Amino acid sequence: MKNILKYTFALLAVGFVSCEPEFDSPVTDDGFYSSGTANLSKYVAVGNSLTAGYADGALYITGQKNSYPNIMAQQFAFAGGGEFYQPLMDDNIGGLLLGGNQIAENRFVLAVDANGNPGPVRLVGNPTTDITNHLPSTYNNMGVPGAKSFHLVAPGYGNVAGVPIGAANPYFVRFASSESATVLGDAVAQNPTFFSLWIGNNDILSYATSGGSGVDQTGNFDPTTYGGNDITDPNVFASVYSQQVDALTGSGAKGVLVNIPEVTSIPYFTTVPRNAIPLDAATAGALNAQFGAYNTQILPGLVGVGIITPEEAALRMINFSAGQNFPIMTDDDLTDVTAILQGPPFSLPAPLATLLGQLRQVKSDDLIVLTASSVLGTTPDPSNPQGVIGVSIPLSDQYVLAVSEQTRITAASMAYNATIEALAGAKGLAFVDAKTALARVANGGIPYDGGVLTSQFVTGGAFSLDGVHPTPRGYAYTANLIISAINETYDATIPMVRIGNYGTITVTNN
Amino acid sequence: MKKVLLLAVFALASAVTYAGGYRVSLQGNKSLAMGHTGVAVINSSELVFFNPAGLVYLEDKFNVTGGMHGVFSNIAYQDTETGANAQTDSPMGTPFYLYASYKATDWMAFGLGVYTPYGSTVEYEDDWAGSHLVNNIDLAAIYIQPTVSFKINDKLSFGGGPIYVTGSVNFNRNLNRTLTDLEGNRANVTIDASGVSSWGWVASTMFNPTENLHIGATYRSEIILDAEDGTAEFENIPNSPLTPFENTSIKASLPLPAEMTVGMSYDFCESWTVAFDFNRTFWDVYESLDIDFANEDIPDSKNARNYKNASIYRFGMQYEATKMFTLRAGYYFDESPVRDGYFAPETPRNDSNNFTAGLTVNLGEHLQIDASFLYSHFKEVDASYNYYFENGRAVPFSGTYKTNAFVPGLGLTYKL
Repeated sequence: MKNILKYTFALLAVGFVSCEPEFDSPVTDDGFYSSGTANLSKYVAVGNSLTAGYADGALYITGQKNSYPNIMAQQFAFAGGGEFYQPLMDDNIGGLLLGGNQIAENRFVLAVDANGNPGPVRLVGNPTTDITNHLPSTYNNMGVPGAKSFHLVAPGYGNVAGVPIGAANPYFVRFASSESATVLGDAVAQNPTFFSLWIGNNDILSYATSGGSGVDQTGNFDPTTYGGNDITDPNVFASVYSQQVDALTGSGAKGVLVNIPEVTSIPYFTTVPRNAIPLDAATAGALNAQFGAYNTQILPGLVGVGIITPEEAALRMINFSAGQNFPIMTDDDLTDVTAILQGPPFSLPAPLATLLGQLRQVKSDDLIVLTASSVLGTTPDPSNPQGVIGVSIPLSDQYVLAVSEQTRITAASMAYNATIEALAGAKGLAFVDAKTALARVANGGIPYDGGVLTSQFVTGGAFSLDGVHPTPRGYAYTANLIISAINETYDATIPMVRIGNYGTITVTNN
Repeated sequence: MKKVLLLAVFALASAVTYAGGYRVSLQGNKSLAMGHTGVAVINSSELVFFNPAGLVYLEDKFNVTGGMHGVFSNIAYQDTETGANAQTDSPMGTPFYLYASYKATDWMAFGLGVYTPYGSTVEYEDDWAGSHLVNNIDLAAIYIQPTVSFKINDKLSFGGGPIYVTGSVNFNRNLNRTLTDLEGNRANVTIDASGVSSWGWVASTMFNPTENLHIGATYRSEIILDAEDGTAEFENIPNSPLTPFENTSIKASLPLPAEMTVGMSYDFCESWTVAFDFNRTFWDVYESLDIDFANEDIPDSKNARNYKNASIYRFGMQYEATKMFTLRAGYYFDESPVRDGYFAPETPRNDSNNFTAGLTVNLGEHLQIDASFLYSHFKEVDASYNYYFENGRAVPFSGTYKTNAFVPGLGLTYKL
């Protein structure tokens, strides 16, 4: 009896497979969503770390799976999009090896310390992605962490031999088609029907994250002479960028261009307060007494002999008070008076002259970088408890993005953005104003079904633990912005994603 | 066989899950073929379930009937806003029944029934769009019910008895929409409880105004299943004091609501019978589903359910075509107990139209083969579940659902 029932039901089961419920108009039907005048069958994404899905200070698998191009490609699949391949890393630790030696750090995770305080720490573990293991395939995601605009057209950028000397990019080494290949060339060789191009961020960002320690190369048209933290000349940017757009649209592909956000939109520059030094009245008074001669004699003296302007003298005044105080810092945009102070009439001893050489206090419009949080207020020499960074030892210039430095970044990024928007208009390409969008995240935030997406470090949801790169939720928001621009420009109806379904930071204790 | 219920869990802050209309009306092939009418139909020991009072009017001294149904149920989900879509791949449900009746005297009959009136088996693909509400669920309750019936006279009888229930549940869902371990595997929890038992009762009456007209009423009591030693097993939880989820035991209770049925049947033209049943299921007992985790670090889960009482309208017909074949057909309209905004994917029941047919083949004097078929048609429905919370904020899960069910059944009846 039981067996008869079993067989009967088994036979019926076969018959009912075809009886699955059908919607009147299933989302999986061709034509439910439209790509409009765009052809999404072969999508190639070109860019830097943002395109690669870099997050938490590293590239790792789950970050790559939540890259904005991969999120977009999954939505493109509803409107004729094809497969989307990425040069996935070998683990979720992050970090890179070159012949077994680690050359890039592991990712950050949010760990809870012994006192119960959560904070970002590097994940402990041995990375397994060795860049000498070359990936033979081609990849739709041509995002190369660290790439600047001119790198995309630089032959040899994927040559492993160039990595130790900084002439090549370890991420591109993994999947460059040859030692002499360019990122752009490998992208174009895939004959994309649709592309996205988001490049230029690093042309200002490395200058910014290094606290302006590089050089503004505006006026220098030879990028081979640039240092890693320099600002790219806007004409160089315009030249290589239009070369890239021309190449990508060469066979009639449609695409989308994304502009460069302000560095002030990201928590790397907005998390550490500018007045992070708490002082009581007695300490403030003692400090003021120590700097009294500097304020009232040295600075006026320097103005008097015409070494510095009265404006610079005003800028260099040091003044503490009870409560929160701005730290002292070294600003390499100030006139270096170290040598002068050692001569007459000042005749200061060398260590004091060095201390005062380019000294000023942080101002309310300076930006202090995230990494300063582990330096400010510390005593680097344990035997000298008086030697406190920001109070008696100036904060290094690399930790502060001064107003003068911000001005250079703004000028360059405005020029880049003008190029990007003009090219999008001229070529009829979709254009995404990421600058405005990110400013909105930073100022008030973006409401979504589970809360508000903001650029608050750790808790805001938009930015990963490196303070620069988005979380999966931040990338999902980016993907929606781009999809929206594509839909508008190409009369498409590609569905967006729900950003609340995408995670933010990863908690784990080592 | 299967089990029973409770279910749920919480999210990081609070949480929610939800059992839908988990009544499974498949308590006999003869009755199901007639739209699952039977409170006033005198034809076999299926009356042990439908109306024990009617057992005294059976002609047979001894009647035993048993069988099972194969439930092929499919749920399709889609969200046109995002393109998210899913289709369940649920295994076949196998509710069964076994009834025996013995007419001890002309005025007294005994009965014994084993049947499975509550249950649900739904399996979505893991980590689908609604995985924070359910990945899969398997719950079942087995009722064991002895009865006794007394005939007052040819027009009136009474019957009833106690019900022993044993049940179990296994339920898995992701903890929330995003939490993963370091490798990106979604954090999830499995609630499991089995051997949960409880008692209830049934009472019924049958009234025969004429030889051809029968009127019946049956009341089956509410039974609350209290799981005292269930388990909660957490998987893919990050190694962090911020996510203090550890395997623990749980307490929860889930009601199997009371059900009142009244109906009538009428025999005419020698070989025809028509029947009408009205069910009222008192789902309003299902107000909230609370899970109490033994581990104090894990917040208890309180989840409003807010079911409403629901009615089912049933019609059936029977035609004794030949000595060998009896043909049956029926229809019923099944109201959903789920209110707007409480529509969860684990049992996405909207109102359904149900069509039934079946036959009995008489193999000689004593043996019958009973077969039935049910098709449940649910309209495509746009619905949402609005009581899932993240950080104290309700995050509705909405979309379009389309459900159907095909239920073939086969049974045997032996009578003396």
